[in-house]
Amino acid sequence: MPGQGTLRDFLTIGHPVAAARPWPRVELDAKCWRLLIERLGGADWILLAEWATGDSVHVALRDEANGEISIASRACPDGRFVALGQMRPGAIRLERAIHDLWGLVPEGLDDQRPWLDHGRWPRRRPLAAQPDLAADAPYRYDFLAAEGDGLHQIPVGPVHAGIIEPGHFRFHAQGETVVRLEERLGYVHKGIAAALMGKPVAQAAKIIARVSGDSTVAYSLAFARAVEAALDVTPPPRAQWIRALLAELERIANHVFDIGAICNDAAFVLMLSHMGVLRERVLRVNEGLFGHRLLMDRIVPGGVAVDLREGAADAIRKLLHGFAKDFRKAVHLYNETPSLIDRTTGTGFVAATLAHRFGAGGFVGRASRSGHDARKTPGYPPYDDLDFAIPVLAEGDVHARIEVRIAEVQASLGLIEQILTKLPSGSVLAPLPARTGEGVAVAESFRGEVLVWVRLDERGHVAQCHPHDPSWFQWPLLEAAIEGNIVADFPVCNKSFNCSYSGHDL
Amino acid sequence: MIPPIAHFFFRHLFKGAFTQKGRVEPDADGVVELAEAVGQAARGRLGRSLAIREVDAGSCNACELELHAVNNPVYDLERFGIRFVASPRHADVLLVTGPVTANMAEALKRTYDATPDPKWVVALGDCGADGGCFAGTYAVLGGVDQVIPVDLHIPGCPPSPKRVLAGLLALLESVAAKG
Repeated sequence: MPGQGTLRDFLTIGHPVAAARPWPRVELDAKCWRLLIERLGGADWILLAEWATGDSVHVALRDEANGEISIASRACPDGRFVALGQMRPGAIRLERAIHDLWGLVPEGLDDQRPWLDHGRWPRRRPLAAQPDLAADAPYRYDFLAAEGDGLHQIPVGPVHAGIIEPGHFRFHAQGETVVRLEERLGYVHKGIAAALMGKPVAQAAKIIARVSGDSTVAYSLAFARAVEAALDVTPPPRAQWIRALLAELERIANHVFDIGAICNDAAFVLMLSHMGVLRERVLRVNEGLFGHRLLMDRIVPGGVAVDLREGAADAIRKLLHGFAKDFRKAVHLYNETPSLIDRTTGTGFVAATLAHRFGAGGFVGRASRSGHDARKTPGYPPYDDLDFAIPVLAEGDVHARIEVRIAEVQASLGLIEQILTKLPSGSVLAPLPARTGEGVAVAESFRGEVLVWVRLDERGHVAQCHPHDPSWFQWPLLEAAIEGNIVADFPVCNKSFNCSYSGHDL
Repeated sequence: MIPPIAHFFFRHLFKGAFTQKGRVEPDADGVVELAEAVGQAARGRLGRSLAIREVDAGSCNACELELHAVNNPVYDLERFGIRFVASPRHADVLLVTGPVTANMAEALKRTYDATPDPKWVVALGDCGADGGCFAGTYAVLGGVDQVIPVDLHIPGCPPSPKRVLAGLLALLESVAAKG
């Protein structure tokens, strides 16, 4: 009977879209969409992403019982759809963004404030078939209030004090203690969905690689795999292994720098210096072997743009040997510095139930018992041939998020060693046919799961594309993590999340 | 027990810093020569002090990553007296990244207005020059010069730390020409 069992069983009530690959996409009518939302109240189906195209809303869900991913779509020609946000709080900002960009109204959502739209675009609802005229003046944004004796507000941003991305934080504080933090984002909204429309795949790949610069490899990988799924192309095995090598190098470079930066925000500068040197070593190998320090545009649909030349494996092994040794020393230093541990332990606590409700992945989820990793589920080559463990902790504080990163760096070092040993030979690029198709893929960035959905037109160009950043489900948790902490611990908490502004704002 | 932090200090005492050294080991990628040139120019013209305020006006954060690298012990920008400051009111130079988004344009302009004269603006990265691959969307105004006057562009996607150093040298020369 429909409505029982797995997500895929439930979705048999809709009409499957034939072109969708590799996971089913099912079109639901109004009644079935409501049924889906009802089922979300009880079922353990994690929200992966929600986006719009034209007058349709799409939601990607993962069934936690079997790991299967499916997409449900709802056509809303009258410009309204019943919001998921009441059942899945992680969807609230996504649906506010859909309203801003496409003009589709999420019904039943309490929070109808604009999100990405600050009233500064030349037209409102810019992606709708018929956009509205520009707003007369930038919008006033009503922050949620906190009232009480001696409460005061601290506005921070959008231009921050350090070398970081722009966003606004509004603190309500009582003395030193944060009573409420509310974020306002959207400052770096670049109109990526609009930029992607109609672009040839090669050009679109360059834009996707710049959705969030620190996760460029993961985005390129997810986009390449989505395009390959749409066109039913399998990249050569060697290309898939080199992709994993690039992804792990990116993960290591980001994690070590994060660890250093968190400690720096706790006024332990030595760690940042040490980690900066370690990161630089990785980036130099990246440049020497692959021609780009951050590995941008190295993964392309069809394979990889750069093959690993002879002797490169030894160069990487040499790097890793010294790296692993110095990294261990730094970890020892972290663990044996009580004043530092004192700052990170118990700070910025995220409850496991909250992490699960928001479907947060990456180190934010893993430090709070959510052990999901796209490399394992749904999994993609070559990770099924590799042996690695996903660290999962229960403490949920800044210290736990550091520990998860440390364990992931060590796991990635092991992965690279295995990749170098098993790397198959052969070509690294498969030709792409020019035809229509629809594909979706996930890739595990250092921050969590990146999802890219793409639809190609008859010329094989991008008709619609949606990149989803893991930060969407982590930003709201930062608001919860800081509550009850002192204002001075905000940088430490914020850095331990290290959410992407650019990936979120699109 | 010797605390682990002592090991780090001893290592630096006996082996020296990670920072690339002077003429002893001429570096293949030219960082050493460049660093010396930046140092001399900075000392000569600004009396060992140049304060930079970084503004992200819409970047993908790759430029920010490389700016962090310029500050790491390997490149160590601060040894030349060039440093990043927290407020535009303390700055001589605004270093702006990204295509300027509609949502950041006012914040960028206000940051510029808050910076005391004389001041210089460096647009960092290909997006800062003309909007890069995001140019033309409804949400992007284009390069930094669409909002505030720009004295120098440093190209690259993102520019490597070496290029950032080269760019700052060029800036110091243009500062001299102006002054």
